[in-house]
Formats: sequence, structure tokens, C-alpha cells
Amino acid sequence: MTEFQATAAMGKRVQGRALVAKDGFSARYDLDRIAGTFSRPEHKLVGQSYVGRILVLDAAKGGVATAWMLHEMAARKVMPAALVLNLINPIMVQGAALADFTMISGFAVDITVEVPDGALIEIDPETAVLRILAGA
Amino acid sequence: MQLNDEEQAMLAGEAGEACRWAIEHQLRVGRYFRAPDLVRVSQAHIMADTESLGVAGVEWLERLAARPGSQVCIPTITDPRGTDFAAAARLKQQEWMLALERRAIAAFQALGVLMTDTCINYQTIMPAVLGEHMAYGDTGVVIYTNSVLGARSNFEGGPSALAAGLTGRTPRYGYHLPEQRRATLLVRVDHTPDALHDWGALGGIVGRIAGDYWQVPAVVGIDRIPGSDELKHFGAALASFGSVALFHMAGVTPEADAAIDPSLPTAATITAADIAAFQAAYLNRIDSVDVVVFSSPQLSLFELRTLAAMLDGRRTTVPLIAITSPQIKPDADRSGITGRIEAAGGLVLSGMCFYQSYAREMAEANGWRNLVTPSAKLVNILGGYGYRPALLSMQRCVDAACTGRIAV
Repeated sequence: MTEFQATAAMGKRVQGRALVAKDGFSARYDLDRIAGTFSRPEHKLVGQSYVGRILVLDAAKGGVATAWMLHEMAARKVMPAALVLNLINPIMVQGAALADFTMISGFAVDITVEVPDGALIEIDPETAVLRILAGA
Repeated sequence: MQLNDEEQAMLAGEAGEACRWAIEHQLRVGRYFRAPDLVRVSQAHIMADTESLGVAGVEWLERLAARPGSQVCIPTITDPRGTDFAAAARLKQQEWMLALERRAIAAFQALGVLMTDTCINYQTIMPAVLGEHMAYGDTGVVIYTNSVLGARSNFEGGPSALAAGLTGRTPRYGYHLPEQRRATLLVRVDHTPDALHDWGALGGIVGRIAGDYWQVPAVVGIDRIPGSDELKHFGAALASFGSVALFHMAGVTPEADAAIDPSLPTAATITAADIAAFQAAYLNRIDSVDVVVFSSPQLSLFELRTLAAMLDGRRTTVPLIAITSPQIKPDADRSGITGRIEAAGGLVLSGMCFYQSYAREMAEANGWRNLVTPSAKLVNILGGYGYRPALLSMQRCVDAACTGRIAV
């Protein structure tokens, strides 16, 4: 089992399959939140479903809408299981705080390189640790 | 985080349940960023269109507003809403959208929020002062306020801006800290843009280079003092493409001299060809036009006046939508600008913003796909909503509205 220490995390402990890309994340810019898919044509995950997956992405992007949208997505249960980012911005943290959503960020390595797409991973917010439990 | 006696009392619920929620929320956010304490803010600005809120968000707001004593304690204003009620039918927005908007407005008003419905409050309501701490939403508002005015704000999403309105404070991290405001990368520009869409393209290019919230680009080489609308489009695009909240522009912005380390290596040099290539990348995707949009940010009175002059004596053949703030719209009406735009077939809306107004549903209802605009921010956002947007000058946008095609 491989572990990665992050600088900060919040939310509940979760396990799930990783959906990985060296790309950004913004609920407004990147998602069709009704269909539960990435919809931005330039996004590396375009067309893929994010529902129930732990998204492992590079940086928080876009504007301020994600702060509400995570809460709205959670209410409809069309939602990722958690969000893992190399670089966070305030909006993701504010949105996760409102939605009680699991998020972790800030690693000594590029986490999008270290986590294989499809791997079973665990986020432990209490210790701010990401664990790879099984490969893809 | 260190809390003073007043803040401890808020946490204990002595200022009401809404205020207790607010400070608990701020503690969760502040601890994530290791904020040492809270800083008092002068104003809060809330982004809260109902496409973002959804039914769940509106219900959450209504529950908060219903708690006894739930009132903001500092001037708290709003970003554009999801509709202009007077034009909703022409936009083919549905009744459930309007009903949700009315509920959100009622909840905000019950909380004491002023429904300004604008993303250009720095041009129209009350500009911040150098060094003043704010809790602003809308990335374009934050970047302009931080960079051009020298005030201090992080991106505050709707819930956090509302929390700041309720407590009068926000966690002290990020751009509230002087040490975070120093330039982290230097971009040289060898061509000072002329048109607004060129300023937007420049902002987009710098945003792509910067890439994340914690980068503070320093722009060197601008050879004149840009106007407020030029910096508005530059900043809005930089914030949109890069998630950037602060830039410095040598010889222009108030903190540039102190914040730019002369030994900072040059990350990139941007030329006129780079700006043209940025715009051409969008233009290659479409030739015919379904809708022409002037929005994002809302237009100033001067932008509207320019648009009116371009439309005088002409007639649009595809929808042309120009969106401004509720503060500007009456001036445009009184001075005849609205009438000139509408005489040419255009539609002047206020208090909304195109991408915050159920853009996907409007596209489906109206058959809109190919969209042209002078807003780089708008082209960056709308791809994910199913549009094929192109970035053109105001003049070429007007020509496209009159012919239905993009002139080569």
C-alpha cells in the first residue's frame, strides 16, 4: 500500500476508484452537472462520468460558482466521491465546507502522476493521507 | 484560529444561529489555509445565481433567512442574477427558473442583502480603497479590486461571502496577507492592446501561463495607462483562464513598484501574433452565427455607447444581446443609448449575466450554438455549456449580428 501525505484535507473518510487527469477542475466550466459528465471539449476527461469517482486532478480552476455547485450536486447525488488536487483555491475549500464534501490537496509529488487511473484509493481527511489500496 | 471575545460570542450563538453557522464555516475554511485569525471586511459581494444554487441551495438560503435575527452586519451586495425578468420570455427561460430566482431574491432580502445584481460594482457601486479588506465574489470583481484598486480579497464563493456579510469578517489568508501579494512570475508584453477583446485575449494568455490561484503575474511593457474597461476585460479573462486573483502591471497598478522583484526571470514574452493566434483558435471553429452576446463582465455606459454607435443605421438579422448592470441601465435609457441599440434589433438587458442565466437551457430552447462575443471570459466558459464561441472585436460582432456570418 502506497501513501501520500497532503498539506490539508476535509470531509469524511472515503474509498473509491480514481479518475485521473493532468487537468483542472471547475464545476461551472468543466461539467454537465445534469448528466454527471465532463463536458468541456478541451478537458482531458471530456465525456467521462464523474459520479462516484474520486477525481484526481491538477489544479482548481475557474470562477466562484463551484462553491454553491458542490452543494447542489450533493443534494441530487450526482457527485464525485471526493476531490484530490495538487493545487487548491479558496472556492473549492469553501464549497467543500458547505457541502461536507471530502477533499485533499497539496502533495510533495504530482499526485496525477502517482495515482493510476482506475486505482482503488482511500482519502483519510483526519491525517490528510491518500492511500492506494489496489491498482487499476 | 485566534478568536476575540466578540467572535467567541458569535461561535456560542449569542449573535443568532445564522451568525453561528457563518463563523463555523469560516473556521473550517480558515483552518484549511492555516489562517491565524479573522480580518474585518468593509463589504461582501455574493455570487448566487440559481443555476449555481439549484433548488437545494435556495432551500438552504430560505432556512438560513428564517432563523431569528439573521441579518448581515456590513454592506452586502449581489452579483448578477439568473434572469432579467422583463426579458425572460424573449430568452425562452422557463417559469421554474423565474420562480427559483424570486425565492432566492426574497431570501437574500430577508437577510438584509442589497440586490445590486452586478459584476461591475467597482465601476458603479462603491470602489474599494487601497489596503481595504473586502469579501468579494465574482472573480472579475476580485481581480480588479485587488490589482487595480490595491484592496485585499480572496475569491469568496457565495456561501463564504454571505458568511462574511453575517460576521463582518473573513479568514485572514491568501491575498489578505502582504507577503502573498508579491509577484511570482514576470510576463513581458511587446504590444499594448487597443481593443477590448485584445485586452481579454492578453488576459487569457497570461492566465494560461499563470495557471493557478497562487500565482501573481507581473505584466511589464504596457506603454500607456489603460482605461477601466480595458483593465476590466484583461482582469476578467486572467481570472477566468488562470483562476488568478491578483496581478501587477508595471507603471499602472498601485502596488507594482513594491511587488515586482526586478530579478524575477521572464516567464514569457507576449506579442501581437500571440494575441491574434489566441483569437484565431476560437474563430476556426465556426463561420455562421446564431447569437451575438455582449456580456461578462456587464457593459459600462461607455461600452454601450460604443455599441449603439456601431449599430446606428443598421439592422440585426440574428439575436444581439447586450447586458449591463441595473445601475447603468437607467442612464442608458435616459441618454437614448438603449433606444438606439433596440432600434437596430438588439436587446439590452440588465441585472443578469449570460453564462449565469441557464446558458445551456437557453441554447437548447433558442437553437443557439455558434456564439460570438468580445468577451474572452465568456468564450472560456461557454464551451462546457455546449456552445461554439468565438472571440471577435465589437465591430466584427456587430457585423456578424447584421449578416449572420463572420466576415473574413
